[in-house]
Amino acid sequence: MRHTISILLENEAGALSRVAGLFSARGYNIESLTVAPTEDSSISRMTLVTRGSDEIIEQITKQLNKLIEVIKLIDLTEGGHIERELILVKINVASVNQREEIKRLVDIFRGRIIDVSDANYTVEMTGTGEKLDAFIKAIEPPLIVEVVRSGVSGIARGNISLRV
Amino acid sequence: MSEANNVEMILGAEIFVKALAAEEVEYVFGYPGGVVLHIYDAIFKQDKIQHILVRHEQGAVHAADGYARATGKPGVALVTSGPGATNAITGIATAYMDSIPLVVITGQVHTALIGNDAFQEVDAVGISRPCVKHNFLVKDVNDLATTMKKAFYIATTGRPGPVVVDIPKDVTINKAPFEYPDTIEMRSYKPMVAGDLGQIRQAAEMMLSAKRPILYTGGGVVLGNAAKELTELTRLLGYPITQTLMGLGAYPATDPQFIGMLGMHGTYEANMAMHECDVLVAIGARFDDRITGDLEKFCPYAKIIHLDIDPASISKNVKVDVPIVGPVDIVLQDLIKAIKETGQQPDSDALAAWWGQIDTWRATDCLRYDRNSELIKPQFVLEKLYELTEGNAIVTSDVGQHQMFTAQFYKFDRPRRWICSGGLGTMGFGLPAAMGVQFAFPNDTVVCVSGDASIQMCIQELSTCKQFDLPIKIITLNNRYLGMVRQWQELFYDKRYSHTYVDALPDFVKLADSYGHIGMRIDKPSEVERALKEALAMKDRLVLMDFAIDQGENVYPMVAAGKGQNEMLLSPERELA
Repeated sequence: MRHTISILLENEAGALSRVAGLFSARGYNIESLTVAPTEDSSISRMTLVTRGSDEIIEQITKQLNKLIEVIKLIDLTEGGHIERELILVKINVASVNQREEIKRLVDIFRGRIIDVSDANYTVEMTGTGEKLDAFIKAIEPPLIVEVVRSGVSGIARGNISLRV
Repeated sequence: MSEANNVEMILGAEIFVKALAAEEVEYVFGYPGGVVLHIYDAIFKQDKIQHILVRHEQGAVHAADGYARATGKPGVALVTSGPGATNAITGIATAYMDSIPLVVITGQVHTALIGNDAFQEVDAVGISRPCVKHNFLVKDVNDLATTMKKAFYIATTGRPGPVVVDIPKDVTINKAPFEYPDTIEMRSYKPMVAGDLGQIRQAAEMMLSAKRPILYTGGGVVLGNAAKELTELTRLLGYPITQTLMGLGAYPATDPQFIGMLGMHGTYEANMAMHECDVLVAIGARFDDRITGDLEKFCPYAKIIHLDIDPASISKNVKVDVPIVGPVDIVLQDLIKAIKETGQQPDSDALAAWWGQIDTWRATDCLRYDRNSELIKPQFVLEKLYELTEGNAIVTSDVGQHQMFTAQFYKFDRPRRWICSGGLGTMGFGLPAAMGVQFAFPNDTVVCVSGDASIQMCIQELSTCKQFDLPIKIITLNNRYLGMVRQWQELFYDKRYSHTYVDALPDFVKLADSYGHIGMRIDKPSEVERALKEALAMKDRLVLMDFAIDQGENVYPMVAAGKGQNEMLLSPERELA
């Protein structure tokens, strides 16, 4: 089963490689991983998406907790939570028709065109992975020049929070 | 620490040495090199810490490890950058697998050169990351003292383990005031201080309701200094106890409640009792594959209680019913209290029947060997060693058949007297580990039991032993084979002895002699006792005893890899009823 784990860790050199190394050494999968400092610059927050049986997920969370730099973590999948991902897509729009069609599509998916050149639109969009997949699927493949995906960021719903 | 208020600026190298002194480090096992020259200069100028010059960095780390295992204090090793650091890795991984507290300092090239493929540069932090509890690269001399404090704190608390501190050369040359913190607080690292009392009460009830209970204990009891509590608990309940290779000595081996080591080469009675038990109490043990055999067939009737300091050890291989996380001594004290508070006694009828069953398994006499052989049997050498040292030696070993024979035949009644590489299985561990032990206990008899193959993996340390007059007694059980591998080839590869016969062995007597030690060659069973007596009587000399043993002898009993605990091989001649 797919799990989304949120981790607070010390913002120190090497902390990220410890997490990545743990997953490769123990044969766990990382589907996506995002990390950046929080409002407290000494702490980074990581959202990690992985897959595994309940036993494996239990081991993953225990092994992560064992890393000296990990302060706290939460398996968001255990409760209600929100996931968002950002994509930037560069799309070839050589003809007027294509421009019209992409513009309509972007509106339907509530994205934004953030850069325009004579041949390309660059689209910014956030949403769940599913929604972003659907958007990409809706574009004719030959028109896609580049896709950049941020990986998932997640947060728990309601009063549950992950903080130091 | 007394100079904490002094604003005097001192070299990083001096800060390093003062930090070791503040940690009350007695010995540093090491090997110098270019980037640690300032540190070695600072060591030269003081007399609080004694540096032991080894002959190979692997030896330095194993020696620090042996010291740590025998004393319970952290071991310290110091090596240079590049090859110094990579040579240390086997030692670090050995300590990591057995949860031994070490602080290993690796020199590093100048910070300005890091990443430039400089001379003797290696990413020591990157290379050691998967086999350390934690590691640090110190980039600023102002962080050095605090980092050293953290290193010792992390290495020795919670589930212990090795910590590497990588120190670039310029950090040893730059100056800062020496301020060593008394205590350290880390928001991201908070070892457990006690177990959950609700869980402990539940465990107590489950233990008292058992009809066929067994205690299965491991190295955690030794590391957690809980032998006293374990002994009290075991005697209070009257239950059988079995110990892992790493746990031997925590409960006295000569006590009738001890039913022998369990696992791949454990006793028949221990493995059968594990298989048939209805309540299994695992204490400071981690359900390693050499213990469980086939997990599908492991303890099919048992409810399982598991005490461990490391939550990640719990339900990793085997799902448990009552987990208790905490320091083993404190948890056992609380458990003993909880058992007494119930006012209940173990079911004495059930227990008597259970012991009756265990005694019939014991009657198999699974460690029996041919005492009339004209060849020296390795078991006989170890029996004699045990007799002549009266069980009082501190014994280290390498890895292989000789290690298993020692575990089976030397009865350890106290913890920290049996020192071997269990988890990683590092050949070459025994001799350097024995050096660390002998430094810690200069007046004790320290014996290194090895084989003709293992001993050669760190044989260069005979030179260190000469320099520091370490009177270690080395026993090589010489069968001219890589014995344990040969055994597997005999049993599972149709006797195709691929590259396990060692064709060109050195003359170990001359070898010992050339290093300035005494060598003995023993060829006949009738010479065994006299040779051991003679060697043990030489209190101030290292003696290497080269025993020419039966080349075909195998370690039995055996649970073959992938088999269940109850599917033991007793010996080729003996079938189980």
